[in-house]
Amino acid sequence: MNKYMIYLNTKRCIGCHGCEIHCKANKKLPFGAILCEIDHEPLVSIKGVPKTEFSFRSCYQCDDPYCASICPTQAISKREDGIVLVDEEKCIGCMACAGACPWGVPQLNQEKNKMVKCDFCVDRVDIGLKPVCVTKCTTQALRFVTLTRF
Amino acid sequence: MKKNVYSMCGMCTVRCPIRVEVEDNEVVWLEGNPYLLGGALCAKGSAGTALVKDDERPQQPLIREGGRGAGRWRKASWSEAFDYVTEKLKKIKQEYGPESLVVSSRGGPWQGMYKTFCHAFGSPNYTNHDSTCGRNTHHASLSVNGVGRKGFVYDIKNSKHLVLFGRNMFASLRIAENLQTMDMLQKGGRLTYVDVRQTMTGLKATRFFQVRPGTDYALTLSFIHEIVKRQLYDNVFIEKYVTDFEQLCTFIEEYTPAWAAKECGVKEKSILAFIDEVAEDMPQVIFHPGWMLSRYKDSFYASRALHILNVLMGNIEIKGGLIMPKGPGDCGKPGIRNFDCPKPDIKRADGVGWKYKHFDKGPGLQHLFFDAMRTGKPYPVKAWIAMRHDPFTAMPDPQAQKLAFDNCDLLVSIDTHYSEFGWYCDVILPESMYLERDNPVCVQKGPKPRLAVRRKAVEPVYDTRPGWEIFKELADRLDLQDYFPHSTIEDIWAWQLEPTGLTIDDFQEKGFVELTDEVIMYDRDSLDGKIKTPSGKIEIISSKLTDAGLESLKPYISPPKPPKGQFRLVFGRSAVHTHGHTINNILLYELMPENTLWINTRVASKLNVKEGEIVDVIAADGFKQRIKAHVTDFIHPECVFTVHGFGRQVPLQSRAYHAGMSDQKLMVGMLDNWDRAGGGMNLCESFVTVRRSARNPKRRVEL
Repeated sequence: MNKYMIYLNTKRCIGCHGCEIHCKANKKLPFGAILCEIDHEPLVSIKGVPKTEFSFRSCYQCDDPYCASICPTQAISKREDGIVLVDEEKCIGCMACAGACPWGVPQLNQEKNKMVKCDFCVDRVDIGLKPVCVTKCTTQALRFVTLTRF
Repeated sequence: MKKNVYSMCGMCTVRCPIRVEVEDNEVVWLEGNPYLLGGALCAKGSAGTALVKDDERPQQPLIREGGRGAGRWRKASWSEAFDYVTEKLKKIKQEYGPESLVVSSRGGPWQGMYKTFCHAFGSPNYTNHDSTCGRNTHHASLSVNGVGRKGFVYDIKNSKHLVLFGRNMFASLRIAENLQTMDMLQKGGRLTYVDVRQTMTGLKATRFFQVRPGTDYALTLSFIHEIVKRQLYDNVFIEKYVTDFEQLCTFIEEYTPAWAAKECGVKEKSILAFIDEVAEDMPQVIFHPGWMLSRYKDSFYASRALHILNVLMGNIEIKGGLIMPKGPGDCGKPGIRNFDCPKPDIKRADGVGWKYKHFDKGPGLQHLFFDAMRTGKPYPVKAWIAMRHDPFTAMPDPQAQKLAFDNCDLLVSIDTHYSEFGWYCDVILPESMYLERDNPVCVQKGPKPRLAVRRKAVEPVYDTRPGWEIFKELADRLDLQDYFPHSTIEDIWAWQLEPTGLTIDDFQEKGFVELTDEVIMYDRDSLDGKIKTPSGKIEIISSKLTDAGLESLKPYISPPKPPKGQFRLVFGRSAVHTHGHTINNILLYELMPENTLWINTRVASKLNVKEGEIVDVIAADGFKQRIKAHVTDFIHPECVFTVHGFGRQVPLQSRAYHAGMSDQKLMVGMLDNWDRAGGGMNLCESFVTVRRSARNPKRRVEL
């Protein structure tokens, strides 16, 4: 079972797309790859105020990730805590994972010719920090949640 | 070795506090200062890392070789460029007098330095960009309260109701303020938003008024009417501190909510329900007096009305209201030293202080220098140094500006990037970007004042220099070294901090030094001396305006409706760009490569324009730009909207070059359209024709 998830408090989200750039800057991604996405529904007028609901999407860290099973070099694996991550040493940039993922989550870092995907900033999580999108969220709308089983 | 640097962001002029981690002269981490912002930063802030490596910014001084704007540059050394500029300045000084120099900047905490250079050279003509930004708000505040727009900070966090007139704060981000507003809303506070379109800010509102463009003043007048009628105002505060209240009551009589509802295109019952809420939330109701209000002919009066509404609330110097910012003196501490030189006793070329006596003489009014350039009166303006300021992006009608600037013998741009004005200049002196430079210490006034400083995080990538050094080098060559005696930034800091007993090392731990542990509030029963109007009271009828032959309570005049087929051109911000400053930043460009033209669904359908199709936007003189349409219900049918800063024409900015549309280039003939009472430019008073573009192909004719 996944240990973590990223939760968006849509009441605080202002759709500023900061998370997308925080992520790109942290992972030093070139033009092209964007690992998380803020989106919103079409506006609907509620009690005279046009409103919308924001959504945050990165990787769902699937229980049985297609991206991992299709990888010819076993570069993608799922850790005990649920995080699905790419081992850059093993990755050959064949993009099979991008095709296998129903949402096209893994993307090609064209500078390195390696696949890249949201791994909850695993290097930060491992030293007790939060993913960069959560840490730097402009209005502190994103939260890094540890899931517990009841 | 990892280095930890506390500094100040420079992606926009809010200058949020940041913390930077550096390894091997490379930024590896950048976040909002954890002590002040808990790490929060916006998209632009994070995109600063891309600016460091951006090779499409000026990399060494450039001296123009071809005609102005032709883009033929000679790469020059710094000493060559400094010599070139100063030789020209000396010649101009000799021929036309020192007053023929104008120094313009964006403003901000370091403008003392630029002003000192200008004054020391012998010119009174220092100016900043504010006549295209907050001047109307500033002068409105001065006329009512005797203090400028920075004479109050808004304690949004502790307020119960925030009222915003077009102040799109969730796109024009100030992170500390945004966090406060979110906290206030989460506690159940109310947000009322007024605009001609729905915005990211309006989405969070509890009440939304979509008004007809240019009718803000009408709505504010009806608010005052209803508050006065219901006697909701703070009578004790008014009796003690306010003059001419009776005149306000008489003036306001005709401006009923029913009238305003019709004028603004909103519901009367919504206005009345809003006033019910105000009655519940008083006195913790903040009417934000506006930020960038260089918009309509009566924006100054709308801002005055908003200031008056705050006075009626009695929210001045209370928790959850408007708090007067405190400085070192209020903490019983000595202030820091700053660059200074008295203003030469010469009339300003923009007429401020002698022709226009009711305006703030500090930065004057930038747009009024064009007349001096064109006519040579009161004296010729022959040199212009723009410090991080881009008149061609900030002001309307760059073509008309170019004709005026052509009368100048020297145009210099000091900037981190190629500005549109810089591209037209004679010399570009490239400033190091904010992560590559130190700046002097500055005071940040507020309920809890502090000192802060920008520190260099990485060594400059290109042959660029920090601003203080550029001014020092220019000053040295002009024999003005007495005003710029320090040769290193460490010397400047030590000199600035000497009276305080602090050293620059005291900023190491958090990036700032707090001057008090507790919030300082003045005694609200004895605010005498804090209100700096001529009468010492809050003036409903401003004696300064009266002396200038202007009304304080101006009767409302309905704005004209655009002629058939035309629309009022309205512009604003997005959360991912800072006007023209960031369009070429590769990270931000990827998010928003071009702007769109917002147009009302009903109107678009009449024009046969569908979402995403190209439209022609045509100015009064036939000048045409093309842009993709964004068709939406949530904009008033009388106007079209676009995000400002796009449509840039600097070829070396390959990403931004001709991407999207530039609103200011469509404001033909608007350079002289400004508010005689407020001093601001009327930037939302131009009409454009919109039609479906012939660039939308009917069918494909090639393979």
